[in-house]
Amino acid sequence: MLKNYFKIAIAVLKRRKFFTFISLFGISFTLTILIVITAFIDNVASANYPEVNRDRSLYINELRQKATKTSGQMNSPASFWYLDTYVRTLKTPAKVAISSMFAATNSYVNNKKLVINLKYTNDQFWDVIEYNFIEGKPYTSQQIKNGERVAVISEDTKKSYFGDVPSVVGKYIEADNVQYRVSGVVKSVPVTMLVSYADLFVPYTVSKVDYKHKSLMGQYTAVLLANSKDDFPKIQAEYAAVVSKIKPDNKDFDVFVSRAEPYVESYLGGSPIGDPESGKLWKLKFFGYIFALLFMLLPTLNLININISRIMERSSEIGVRKAFGASGMTLVGQFVVENIILTLLGTIIAIVLSFIILQIINNGDLIANLHLTINLTVLYYSLLACLVFGLLSGVYPAWRMSRLQVVTALKAQ
Amino acid sequence: MIPVETTERIHHTNLNDNNAEVMIRLQNINKVYRTDTVETLAINNISLNIDKGEFLSIMGPSGCGKSTLLNIMGLLDNPTKGEVSIDKQDTTKLNDKKLAAFRNRKLGFIFQSYHLINDLKVLDNVELPLLYRNSTAKERRQLATEALEKVGLSNRMKHFPTQLSGGQKQRVAIARAIVGQPEIILADEPTGNLDSAMGNEIMEILLQLNERDGTTIVMVTHDENMARKTHRLVRLFDGSQVQ
Ligand SMILES: Nc1ncnc2c1ncn2[C@@H]1O[C@H](COP(=O)(O)OP(=O)(O)OP(=O)(O)O)[C@@H](O)[C@H]1O
Ligand SMILES: [Mg+2]
Repeated sequence: MLKNYFKIAIAVLKRRKFFTFISLFGISFTLTILIVITAFIDNVASANYPEVNRDRSLYINELRQKATKTSGQMNSPASFWYLDTYVRTLKTPAKVAISSMFAATNSYVNNKKLVINLKYTNDQFWDVIEYNFIEGKPYTSQQIKNGERVAVISEDTKKSYFGDVPSVVGKYIEADNVQYRVSGVVKSVPVTMLVSYADLFVPYTVSKVDYKHKSLMGQYTAVLLANSKDDFPKIQAEYAAVVSKIKPDNKDFDVFVSRAEPYVESYLGGSPIGDPESGKLWKLKFFGYIFALLFMLLPTLNLININISRIMERSSEIGVRKAFGASGMTLVGQFVVENIILTLLGTIIAIVLSFIILQIINNGDLIANLHLTINLTVLYYSLLACLVFGLLSGVYPAWRMSRLQVVTALKAQ
Repeated sequence: MIPVETTERIHHTNLNDNNAEVMIRLQNINKVYRTDTVETLAINNISLNIDKGEFLSIMGPSGCGKSTLLNIMGLLDNPTKGEVSIDKQDTTKLNDKKLAAFRNRKLGFIFQSYHLINDLKVLDNVELPLLYRNSTAKERRQLATEALEKVGLSNRMKHFPTQLSGGQKQRVAIARAIVGQPEIILADEPTGNLDSAMGNEIMEILLQLNERDGTTIVMVTHDENMARKTHRLVRLFDGSQVQ
């Protein structure tokens, strides 16, 4: 029976080439876009090399000073002094990584200019962010204390600066006219990893900006590593208590705000698409889901529409089948199988397309070292959604047709 | 091709005896079509018994209700009033699933406009009734091939209906009607769209089915000559039986 359903389904899909194409195009195009977008979001937002501890980390990216009267405000990352004084001293986090935002510096190799992105870090940075060391090791807390000019470089930098050589540990690399001795080389990170991406990592003590300067605002970020996710409330409460005692250091402002939040919230929570008051992301998530739903609705409506006309067009076939002994249920089954074949075909095309697109992105120069993969959860849910919508859009018209009097079905043409 | 018999056919005169078994029993059938503006009484209180093995023809002017009556007999349409029993089974008591199984086993239809499924090859079209009963692909293939041989179309099995002439299509439709060996065949103007030679051929097939296999046949026709070859003729006029 199933084989026959299959046979007629293929015959129908082949005969109605245009409609088959439109439905397949609708399904696979939408799915492909969803899969690629979610692969990107997934890659940027979730724990990946080297930020594998992201699920048990809290981030402090932003300090905010506000004026209640004028409702003016100033947002900025923190200074090293602030993070060293108020954050590193917290009792509840297991470790605190402090690092600057990367900044472009110039370097010259064989008289060719090379832009090197430099990042200052503390010692625990190397424990919280788990880089793969291709050679060497990170600089030690003693070296940091001594203000030694040592550096960890990325593999890409090693290649572009030193060329294809086996080992560069102990060699010197120059950036902004400063010579650094290489102590280790790490596997490169895509620029989408805001905390861990850089070409050159050096101790904060060698920074030209005075790291002891007592001002709140600066260029640094802190990652608070918890023993487990369950410790988040404790850490957030301790930090909130500390923050409540801090006064703005600019006389125009009277309120000081800073929060330790999980990764995505820490970047988007304070922005207009987040919720500046609570720092949570309900708005973004809500609209994200609405968008995905509306986006899925398009091929679904398309499918329902096509199915109705397709099935109505075949009312005579339905009449004939009923006349020769098909029951209503059997006919509904037939149309459902046809629809499932159509949606499955669409999904397969979408997977292949997404795979090709991701491959192109991964191998292309768009973002170096970015490795996008198809998110299986998304794939599973879109497949499920497609099947459910496919079923509904097939079952309803088929059920209506199957309940028709045979003569009515036969006459309607 | 089918041999055309030239000898006079012997009519079974005792078919309507009380001893004969009744295959189709129509009791006080009424059919009313309601549209927004008019109400049409398509069948007006018709009662009719058709015996097992009988070949009955129905005649009457266009629009007098012949197709409606045939469809009601074949359980393709519900009467507004009255009862239809087939082989002693009161069909009003059957649900959709039982009705489907009943049509599948007992009834075979031949429509004036063929109603073949254009997406399917001739062979698959003929196999259709067997799909809805327990049978293997091999059995279906064999029975369908035999049925097509009976109507002289075994060389067109892989064709699609659109590649056939009207007469060939009607013969495919006959093969489909007989493939499941139903006890009753209902034919609505089976020769209406065909020239007289082809019409005679189709008629011969039906007569053979009736004589050899004892199939009960009800045929609507406009052709007096065809009707004369059957056992009994029922004439309708404006939804009522006049003969
Ligand atoms: N679905 C319908 N809705 C309304 N009226 C209908 C419907 N089907 C048939 N009729 C009417 O019922 C009457 C009988 O129709 P039927 O098709 O049974 O005629 P017929 O005897 O088969 O005619 P013909 O020889 O032209 O095929 C006609 O007056 C027709 O207009
Ligand atoms: Mg008619």
